[in-house]
Amino acid sequence: MSILIAIAALGGLTLLLAIMLVIANRKLYVYEDPRIDVVEDLLPHANCGACGFPGCRPFAESLVDGRSLPGKCTVSSEDERQVIANYLGVDVGAEEKLVARLACAGGTNVARNRATYQGMQTCQGASLVSGGGKGCFWGCLGLGDCEEVCDFDAIHMDEHGIPQVDNDKCTACGDCVEVCPKDLFTLQPVSHRLWVACKNLEMGDDILEECEVACTACGKCAMDAPGNLITMENNLPVINYSENHNTKDPIQRCPTGSIVWLDEKLGVVKGRESQKIIRKGERMAGES
Amino acid sequence: MSAAANTISPQLTFQHGIHPEEFKELSNLKPIERMAFVPEYRLPLSQHIGAPSLPVVKVGENVKRGQKIADPGGYVSVALHSPVDGTIKDIGIYTHPNGRELPAIIITTDAYSSQEFVGMESVDPYSLSKSEFIQKIQDSGLVGLGGAAFPAHVKFNIQEDKKCKYLMINGCECEPFLTADDRLMIEFGEELIEGIKILNHFIGAEKVYIAVEVNKPKAIMNLRNLASDNIEVVCLKVKYPQGAEKMMTSAILGKEIPAGGLPLDLGVLVSNVGTLVALAQYFRNGIPLIERVVTVTGTTMNRPSNVMVPVGTPMESLVKWCGGFTSDTTRILLGGPMMGMVQKRLDVPVVKGTSGILALSSEQVKELNEYSCIRCGRCLDACPIYLNPSHLGLLAKKGLWEEMEENHVMDCFECGSCSFVCPSAIPLVQSFRVAKGFIKQAKKRDV
Repeated sequence: MSILIAIAALGGLTLLLAIMLVIANRKLYVYEDPRIDVVEDLLPHANCGACGFPGCRPFAESLVDGRSLPGKCTVSSEDERQVIANYLGVDVGAEEKLVARLACAGGTNVARNRATYQGMQTCQGASLVSGGGKGCFWGCLGLGDCEEVCDFDAIHMDEHGIPQVDNDKCTACGDCVEVCPKDLFTLQPVSHRLWVACKNLEMGDDILEECEVACTACGKCAMDAPGNLITMENNLPVINYSENHNTKDPIQRCPTGSIVWLDEKLGVVKGRESQKIIRKGERMAGES
Repeated sequence: MSAAANTISPQLTFQHGIHPEEFKELSNLKPIERMAFVPEYRLPLSQHIGAPSLPVVKVGENVKRGQKIADPGGYVSVALHSPVDGTIKDIGIYTHPNGRELPAIIITTDAYSSQEFVGMESVDPYSLSKSEFIQKIQDSGLVGLGGAAFPAHVKFNIQEDKKCKYLMINGCECEPFLTADDRLMIEFGEELIEGIKILNHFIGAEKVYIAVEVNKPKAIMNLRNLASDNIEVVCLKVKYPQGAEKMMTSAILGKEIPAGGLPLDLGVLVSNVGTLVALAQYFRNGIPLIERVVTVTGTTMNRPSNVMVPVGTPMESLVKWCGGFTSDTTRILLGGPMMGMVQKRLDVPVVKGTSGILALSSEQVKELNEYSCIRCGRCLDACPIYLNPSHLGLLAKKGLWEEMEENHVMDCFECGSCSFVCPSAIPLVQSFRVAKGFIKQAKKRDV
């Protein structure tokens, strides 16, 4: 008998709570567009923030609201973006693909170390100690903070201690831009093929003592470039990408090869007059 | 003189700290010598904390010794003066001793000049008002000569709502190797006392303490003989970092400066002995800050010495003046071995904040083979401000900057005691500096 009372009491309580939950569900219901979940599923779930939103879910919300277009997501492939665009019935809004680019080419084979650095094996740490062991103050320290921070496995240090960006994997999330203590990374559209791979502000050949591929501010590239494409500012060539920059003329007379053409297939192309460096090992002190 | 004045006790001190080997015997008996003029001087425009100075001279212009060549670039900034008669050769970007490339003025020395100082008239400081005094100090280019090079006039300009009860003169020189302040207190004792009197005229402290570590008995005796009125020479135990202002205040007053606070919160103003000697010389002879005492020392230095060096002298020339160093020199430091900065090249100038040049052999340079933290707790016993460096170090390894801030990493003044005692050779202080950089950056972004 007592078991029946217990069942009835608990059953009654369950029923009461169930009714309360049903009422609460009706009263407090919030409508959410079911498309948000679908779109979020179609996004890459990287939560990298490259689109400018805190993560994939807020970006999906803004897509459904029509505040932004699928092209903003640089991580997903073109097909995946098309799928989202088709699902929502909007334009893809193709934005030009950006990639991270390093404004330094001074690997251990061309740039000289003035001191051997010991201590925290990060660029941030090394830059605190007399600006790092490298002779050039502006150059890449080569300890790979950017490789470490990259979520997409797009940055790898090469044999000479210079980070190489994999253009296919790079999503332009900007983490490497932020972490580099020497501010060498910038996000550039892939179509910007003309590139100055140096950041040193010194003028003249003295800097070649420290690094063989440094810009000496000779200004030949600015002279050879059509119109106002290149101007010299602070002893460095500045390329005005709003003009027609699809020309290899400026790189041809560069004596050190610090202004380069980043070819889609051939990789880094240097000018005719730039010195050829075939040294594989480390550049030792005293060696010219 | 009474018997009590002859003893070097009681020896006051703070809790924790370390006892590194001193090496002061290398140079503490060498009188301060003057260095011959060199053909070229390089004067960075930011030799102090704050805004860089603004040049008032042009390339090709002739300047006199002591002539102003740059104006202060703001309130937290000081003027800059030429250390020689000469010509401005260039104003451009040159390597600063901190490793960065910063604007500097290059002066070529006039080889036929007598280099006699024909600067301003001496000024009677007691006839000035307080604001005039502060202005004069800024124009004299005076900065704290202890090492941080904080503009002196900002420190001396105490706000109305704060009251300075104690003036503390820092003659501890707790860094091993350095002896510049020791020699200053022995040879320039009169100037030091005069500087104290001038400063105290404007600050109005009730009591002036000159804090000296007991490993400088000559300096203590000399200053005891000269001190009068409310000036007292106090003896402090030989311990590192006794010369940090927080440690000195707690040793003398027995009170701790609150976390994130300044000594002025306890009514204390701390100033280095070198700063006050320079201040006295400015008012006595009108010489602005164009030279300072630098200890050139180290076990591989051929002739360790204390040298009065014009600011802007290339370090190469200074090292050559002191006989150069032997071939097994593996590390060159600016400042002392505990807080000094490693130098990778010698073509940089001596600046206002340079207290010493130190050359060490390979035996003295600790090999940095980093091992894991074994939680021995030695760093906890060493840290003078009771932080937990081992925990902070582990957080730094993981990049947990916010957690480090919660663990008060911002109070760390980078004395290096924890790194010194660490048996696993973990670069603790360096990681704290990185963390501080990130935290400051994050704060700037949030604002």
